[in-house]
Order: sequence, then structure tokens, then C-alpha cells
Amino acid sequence: MITVTDLRKVYQQGDRTVVALDGVSLHVDAGQIHGIIGHSGAGKSTLVRCLTLLDRPTSGSVSVNNKELANVSDADLRTARRRIGMVFQHANLMDSRTTAQNVAFPLELIGTPKAKVAEKVSALLELVGLTPFADAYPSQLSGGQRQRVGIARALSSDPDVLLCDEPTSALDPKTTDEILELIKSVRDRLNLTVLIITHEMNVVKQACDSVSLLEAGRIVEHGDIAKVVADPAGRLSQALLPMPGELPDDLPAGTVLDLLYSGTQATEPVISSIARTFNTDVNVLAGSVEHLGEHQFAHIRIQLPEGADIDAITKHLLGNGVAVTVKETK
Amino acid sequence: MDFFNDLMTNPGITKAMWPAFLETMQMTGISALFTVVVGLPLGILLLNTARGGLTPNRGLNVLLSGIIVNITRSIPFAILMVSLIPLATLLVGTSLGPIAASVSLTIGTIPFFARLVETALRDVSAGKIDAALVMGSTRMQVVRKVLVPEALPGIIAAMTTTIVTLIGYSAMAGLVGGGGLGRLAYNYGFQRYEPAIMVVTIVIMVLLVQLVQIIGDWIARLVDHR
Repeated sequence: MITVTDLRKVYQQGDRTVVALDGVSLHVDAGQIHGIIGHSGAGKSTLVRCLTLLDRPTSGSVSVNNKELANVSDADLRTARRRIGMVFQHANLMDSRTTAQNVAFPLELIGTPKAKVAEKVSALLELVGLTPFADAYPSQLSGGQRQRVGIARALSSDPDVLLCDEPTSALDPKTTDEILELIKSVRDRLNLTVLIITHEMNVVKQACDSVSLLEAGRIVEHGDIAKVVADPAGRLSQALLPMPGELPDDLPAGTVLDLLYSGTQATEPVISSIARTFNTDVNVLAGSVEHLGEHQFAHIRIQLPEGADIDAITKHLLGNGVAVTVKETK
Repeated sequence: MDFFNDLMTNPGITKAMWPAFLETMQMTGISALFTVVVGLPLGILLLNTARGGLTPNRGLNVLLSGIIVNITRSIPFAILMVSLIPLATLLVGTSLGPIAASVSLTIGTIPFFARLVETALRDVSAGKIDAALVMGSTRMQVVRKVLVPEALPGIIAAMTTTIVTLIGYSAMAGLVGGGGLGRLAYNYGFQRYEPAIMVVTIVIMVLLVQLVQIIGDWIARLVDHR
């Protein structure tokens, strides 16, 4: 597990004082994949550099399995860093080394005996599915294969935490899926704590158990996917289950409702139950249905004709575990 | 056919050419060896003491880069060579011969090579260095396992350029007592006005430079996996 407490990073840029991280706290349990999402300039890069201790935070602490990392002496810094394996956006492999030699790099640093290195490297290459490419150089590999090497290399120092910095941002959609599946499968096998820093909501949808929204150096929303999605007013919920903002001008008279529910929360087929119970027409205007983590979520916009008993219908829906927002009609 | 006859019989070619060639090789070889031994670490220091390097040290960087390297490089080689004669005398006991000339050749070439090494090392992306640090490398390990191996094709190219430059400089060193092909061309070709000697010397120098460049490019390609 990893715990970050009140992490601040302030630096001087000429006369200006820039607060890049303004008290970031988060906690991720072992075996969880946590996404940190933010636009460029939100402080993602600074957060990565502080978590890996490439930059020292101004204040605050980072601890992995209750061992403090951020405030250790320079001498202990290298050992501390080995507790966090890192995967980079562009893999950052050494071009002069083959796949196997790249994966062996962290082991060489601490003088691991050759036989042990060979054994470990071949196990890791098998884990990421690159055994036939052990002797290939990075320039001979595809982007997805390079990222697999990067993951194997990050795992070779037996870290407790895997920190992925935009791991799929340079990859095409199909390769992105493969890399995210690989990250999930190594998490399952090694019970790793995984932190994925990204600007792609898709990555959060596909891989994360919980998520934080980083904005201007602060975490403005966070929680399990199910929890953040359930709040229709939340920014993450709106990003994960998008809904067109404006209602069309030529909409016939009636009342528009936005319904948000998960497959497990709603006890009845929601739309047809309204129609049956209240003997009314229901017109679906827009919606998105997503599989997030283990649950299916739906965000549906419906219109009810004039004269429908909105209060009773809302009450019925709330009773069934559906969040309802009544939209303004023109 | 006088010219070709001259080629076969001129003692400047039959007797003096081979020893002169060996002297040139000796000067170039000794200087190249010491230039790499001193210049490679100097290039690494130039990069890493600069801002954003592994061990930023403004004072040391100004001393190495601004004072030693830039001043040495701004003195024309002919003048540097003459001014270093006393040092050569001090180090090897004589101011004459290829070994004495190697002293000033080496000192004149080290800053040039160090700058080329610095440029080659600068091409190694910051991401690779970050990756090595995150994996727990010491700074020394970053230099030995990342910077130098990743920049090796560039460093080999820098060595090739340096050796070619040294061959040219060694001819100049011949004029102030270093011996070698430079002196041969000057004494026989210019002072005694024997065009055959001049031509043969030039041809040998051109072939030598070509050979060095071809071998250098071949090795650089061999170690380049980018």
C-alpha cells in the first residue's frame, strides 16, 4: 500500500512562487489500482517526480507499507526508490541494451549474481509475454512491446508499488487495452499496489478500482469508482458517464429527468417500470452505459409527457436506488 | 617518365618515407590514447557539472569549461604547440622528436575531444537518466551504465574526428621538430622543391585519413542499436 500525506511542492520561477502541489493526500491499499487523472498543468508530472523522489517535496510524506520514503537521507534514497517500480510514457529503455539486458538493469545495480539475474529475467519476460524477444534491441520492438519491457523492468526489483506515468498515452487503442490488461494481471499475480497517472478517462474506466481528480495541485474529488460515479453532480461522474449539457431547443413540452444508477443498485428494470407503474410514455433522449470495475452503470436522460406525476415518479425512482436530477426545460 | 622514375629512386621516398610514416603513426597513436584517457572524463565532467547535470557545480564548471577548455581552444594550434615546448622538455627531457611533439598534440586536442564527448552525452535523453535514478542507480552507475553506453556511437564518432584532426596536427608538429610526414613534406617537398615527395606525402595522408574514417564509421555502426 502507499500513503501520501499533505504533499506540497513549491518552487521559485524567477520572482514568482509556483505552488505545483498544494497538499495532496491519498491512500491506496495493496492490490488496488488507483488512477490519478488531471489535465496538463494540474501537477501530474510534479506529483510523479515527488513520488519517485526525483524531486524532493517541500513538505509532506510518502510512505510505502508504512516505511517513510520522502524524508530519508541521501544514502537511503536509492534503497527507498527500489520500493516503487516505475513505468514511463515512452518506456525510457536503454537503446544499447537488449530486452533481457534492460530487464536485468535494476538487478545489475545491486550486484545480483548472474545465474539469479538470468532466472529472474526469463520469468519476468514470460510474465509479460516477450520470451521470444529476449535478444531484440528496443529499436526492433513495437511501442506496445517496449512498454511491456518497461513493465518487466519495473517489476524486477520486486517493488511494492507500481507507478505508471501516462503508460498508454503514446499507444494506439488496441495496444492500450493490452497494456492495461497486463497491468491488471500483474497486479492480480503479485498483489501490487498500482498508481496510474493519466489524462485519459478511458484508462480509469478500463483499469482503475478507485480514482482521484487532480486540479491545480489539489485532489478535488476521490474515491472508489462506484462512489464517485454515484454523485451525478461530480466532475468525475460527468466525465465517466457523459451526458450532453444543453437540451435541444425544439424539444416538445414535458419534463426531462436525468437518471443515474448502477446495475446492482436498481432493483427493477428502471425505464419500463416507470411506464408500467404510472401508465405513461417514456422517451429516452440520451444516455451512456458503461462497465466500470465490477459494475454496470447507466446515465439516462428521459422525457415524460406533460401531465405526468413527476413527484410520484421521482419518489418511485429514488426508492429503487436511482439518482434523479430534474432538468430545466425552456 | 621522369616523375615515376623519381618515385622509385628518390632517397626521400625509398629511405626517409617509412621512418617518417612510423613517426606520424607514433605521434598520432600516443596523442590519441592520452586524449581519450583524459578527454573522456573531462567531457563527462563538463556535462555533469553544468546546470541540470548529475552533480551541478558552478565553480568547477566555469573553471573547466570557461577557463581551461575555451582558452586552450581559442589559441591557434601552431602557437599553442610552440608555447608548450618548455613543458615537453620538462616532461620527456627533449623538445625534439615525435614523443615530445605528442605532449603538445595531446594538450591541444583534449579540449576539442572533451567538447565532442560532452555534445554526444547531451544527446542521451533525460528520461533514460531519470529511469536509471528511479531504479536506484548511483551517479557513477548512471555514468557507466547509461550515459557512456547510450552515447557510445557518438563517442566513437568523436574519436574518429579527433584522430583525423590529430593526423593533420601531427603534420604541423613536424615543422617544429616533431618529425613525421609533415617534416618530410616540408624539408624535401618545399625546401628542396621535390614535387614527387610532396605528392606522395599528400597521397599517404589522404589514404590514412580515409582509412581512419572508414574504420571509425564501421565501429560506430556496430555499436549503434538505435
